[in-house]
Amino acid sequence: MKSSVLKKVTLSVFGAVLAGSVFAATANAKDLIVYTAIEPEELSAFAKDFESKHPGVKVKFVRDSTGIMTAKLLAEGKNTQADIVWGLAATSLLLLKDTGILEPYAPKGVDKLDKKFVDSDNPPSWVGQRAWIASICVNTAEAKAKNLPIPKNWADLTKAVYKGHIVMPNPASSGTGFLDVSSWIQMWGEEKAWKFMDGLHDNIGIYTHSGSKPCKMAGKGEFPIGVSFAYKGAQLRAKGAPVLTVAPSEGVGWDVEAFGLVKGAKNAADAKKFADWSVTKEINVIYNKEYAVVAYPGVAKPVKYFPEGLLGKMIKNDFLWAAKNRKRILAEWKKRYDSKSAPKKK
Amino acid sequence: MSVADISASEGITSSRWARLRNGGTESWILLGGVSAIIVALFAFLVLPLYALLKKSVEDDKGNFVGLVNFEEYFSSVGLVQSITNSLTIAVLTMVISCTLAFIFAYGLTRTCMPFKRSFRAIATIPILAPSLLPAISLVYLFGNQGIMKGLLFGESIYGPIGIMIAMVFYIFPHVMMIMVTALSTTDARLYEAAESLDTKPSRVFFTVTLPGAIYGIVSAAVVAFTLTITDFGVPKVIGGQYNVLATDIYKQVVGQQNFSMGAVVGLVLLIPAVFSFIIDRHVQKKQVALLSARAVPYHPKPHKTRDAALLIFCIMMTVFLVGILGMAAFASFVTFWPYDMSFTLAHYDFDAVDPNGWSSFFNSLKLAGFTAVIGVVVIFLGAYLVEKGQSFPRLRNVFHMLAILPMAVPGLVLGLAYVFFFSRPENPLSPIYGTLAILVVCTVVHFYTVSHLTMLTALKQIDKEFESVSASLQVPFYKTMLKVHVPITLPAISDVMMYLFVNAMTTVSAVVFLYSPDTKLAAITVLNLDDVGDTAEAAAMAMVIVATSVTVRILHGLLMRTLNARHSEWRTR
Repeated sequence: MKSSVLKKVTLSVFGAVLAGSVFAATANAKDLIVYTAIEPEELSAFAKDFESKHPGVKVKFVRDSTGIMTAKLLAEGKNTQADIVWGLAATSLLLLKDTGILEPYAPKGVDKLDKKFVDSDNPPSWVGQRAWIASICVNTAEAKAKNLPIPKNWADLTKAVYKGHIVMPNPASSGTGFLDVSSWIQMWGEEKAWKFMDGLHDNIGIYTHSGSKPCKMAGKGEFPIGVSFAYKGAQLRAKGAPVLTVAPSEGVGWDVEAFGLVKGAKNAADAKKFADWSVTKEINVIYNKEYAVVAYPGVAKPVKYFPEGLLGKMIKNDFLWAAKNRKRILAEWKKRYDSKSAPKKK
Repeated sequence: MSVADISASEGITSSRWARLRNGGTESWILLGGVSAIIVALFAFLVLPLYALLKKSVEDDKGNFVGLVNFEEYFSSVGLVQSITNSLTIAVLTMVISCTLAFIFAYGLTRTCMPFKRSFRAIATIPILAPSLLPAISLVYLFGNQGIMKGLLFGESIYGPIGIMIAMVFYIFPHVMMIMVTALSTTDARLYEAAESLDTKPSRVFFTVTLPGAIYGIVSAAVVAFTLTITDFGVPKVIGGQYNVLATDIYKQVVGQQNFSMGAVVGLVLLIPAVFSFIIDRHVQKKQVALLSARAVPYHPKPHKTRDAALLIFCIMMTVFLVGILGMAAFASFVTFWPYDMSFTLAHYDFDAVDPNGWSSFFNSLKLAGFTAVIGVVVIFLGAYLVEKGQSFPRLRNVFHMLAILPMAVPGLVLGLAYVFFFSRPENPLSPIYGTLAILVVCTVVHFYTVSHLTMLTALKQIDKEFESVSASLQVPFYKTMLKVHVPITLPAISDVMMYLFVNAMTTVSAVVFLYSPDTKLAAITVLNLDDVGDTAEAAAMAMVIVATSVTVRILHGLLMRTLNARHSEWRTR
């Protein structure tokens, strides 16, 4: 008696499970699958704009941090579900281009874009959308409470007064972290850059795994100073956090958010439409809402709370040099700073 | 590998085949069952891991390079430090959590203190939260803006202290579950005998209680050790500069997209699995069934000092657990910590901060339901075949080894192994890639071990005499299984179901590379939100997960009470 009840329950549950699994396995073939690393809160506006211009196409964003998204794409290789990779670091797209999963394509109107934003091959494998720029986020309320002067340049960060108050992304786990290290080396040469980092390391409270977190931590006063990027600082300031975004006087590193089509994509036609739409002047106006530097010349207007003179401080960034030397730089960085793993005391 | 291959490698001699033929249907069912589960574990565990192993001897272009990656890894500076750190954290966390969990479980099973049911319910709450939650919460409590920062006397929470506190919180229910199972079934006649001989309570404890629970204690220690050494969520959020192996993998794979090196670190992390296996087998050999067919259930008698002391301990433990959870809940309602402490619900508007927002939550519900139901059936049958099957000892041994392997495979490694294995178009199983099905399989495999050990501990306490008796009465084994083993182990079955459900709700690491646009999960959203620094929103989503599991658990509790009343009448006398 009892066991037959149990059997009935088990069987009916099993049936439901099987039906459910089959049901869940089918995805809509018409959807345009977009892999992206753009901050999640911006995505719905982009989807809405594209869908209004191309009714019938449904945009599906798969969003993750730059590191995870890049790793995911490299791991999935040619079997990836993505139709287009969009809003991922140009350095990552260089890697993907190397592995041969990108389909070269020149979107309509790509010639209007600033040359330094576009892959030099013809047709290009990747096309830049906008640049994100390194900056220092300072929590003014905490700085005041702890009697910390506002840093004006990178060199200031090595001063003893900041000991334990600075947080920066770990270049071994964060693209933004690597961007910082690579820009210091490109600006100052190896010797001076490593000497600077030795000094900086003594003042670091912790290294984070993502590039935006240092700024958010600064915003919350967890650590008053965060090495991060300008967009995040300006956004937090706009939300009411006591964050001042500082552009160090020596110069700042930057990277490009870019897109590239995937070879053998299931929805290649819509992916091309998406690419064409991504280089238009109108969409560059939307890019400019949060980012001060966009690929379409003459569009960018100053963004509120961005530090003054930021654009003039962007260094001459050699992506290829950075990509080639990445392994060596990270090994050296890990040798110097990563093995010192005892937690810092104040 | 096919069934035939396995049978061949087992070297079944002609006389055994003869026995098989003579044994009839029953033996065939048993052989089929064991083989089927072994084949499944091969396809969903061993072969993906082999794909990973292959990756570790390839360069980033896929060319075979031999042991170059290993050489590079073992000559790197930070390696010894990471291994030392990982072991230190794992051993300390194991000792602390096992001690606390044993005392707690002792209070629940062997005393007459009040509120036992509530204590147990509260102590299992941490399992309802992603491991990121205690870490996030500790930052709010003891971080540089933390409300109780002074308690650390200037030590930083970012480092070994933070990792350990968060880990103890996170693994406490896992360890406690095994301890309770080990302590709750005992033979009262042993205690009656001790009492009539006027044995000192301390002597009773060391000669009756502890030996009776030793299998559970060792299982719990193994679980605690490997869970700690393989978790990456906690050290990622709160580890600071304190490098451990799990975060090393994360840095290699996510930070540098160096899969070969990630695979190498992953393989290094597999070493504890071998040790777990050796220890587990060693102790298991010595275990004797406690609940013989003539056993009498144990009922503790009131004892004022003992009951009061354990009550105080359980209250303190509860304050610790609820405090950490409560902090995260509180933080999720604060507008902008620590500058604007006003109340808000804005952090729960997930659609505003994430494109998948609330839909990821419903995906998690589906995943958890499937995982619990499919998982419990497979796991019960597996444990039953290992423990109660009479024939094919070597085959059962192979299976048991496979069953405890998943615990030592870090989720991140398992997930990556799945990507390498299932995304290849030439793999006949590749259609499940990108579907909910692969998430279900991955989650069942990822959490197989603890469920298996729980099930095994419960089954082990049923005397083999039940089988002998039913065999002599010509009752087929599956009837005995359904009428004796299932009802007796119903509490353990229900625990395993809940365990699978809530872990499916909270798991991050194993599925982070496997989800597709249609199957994004709530816990992944927590990870993403925390990663970009939206800590309050991350805490809010984590609280939604907790609330869901609490609700499901209450519903499940009501159902179980009805079932229990019917199936466990024999337990009372």
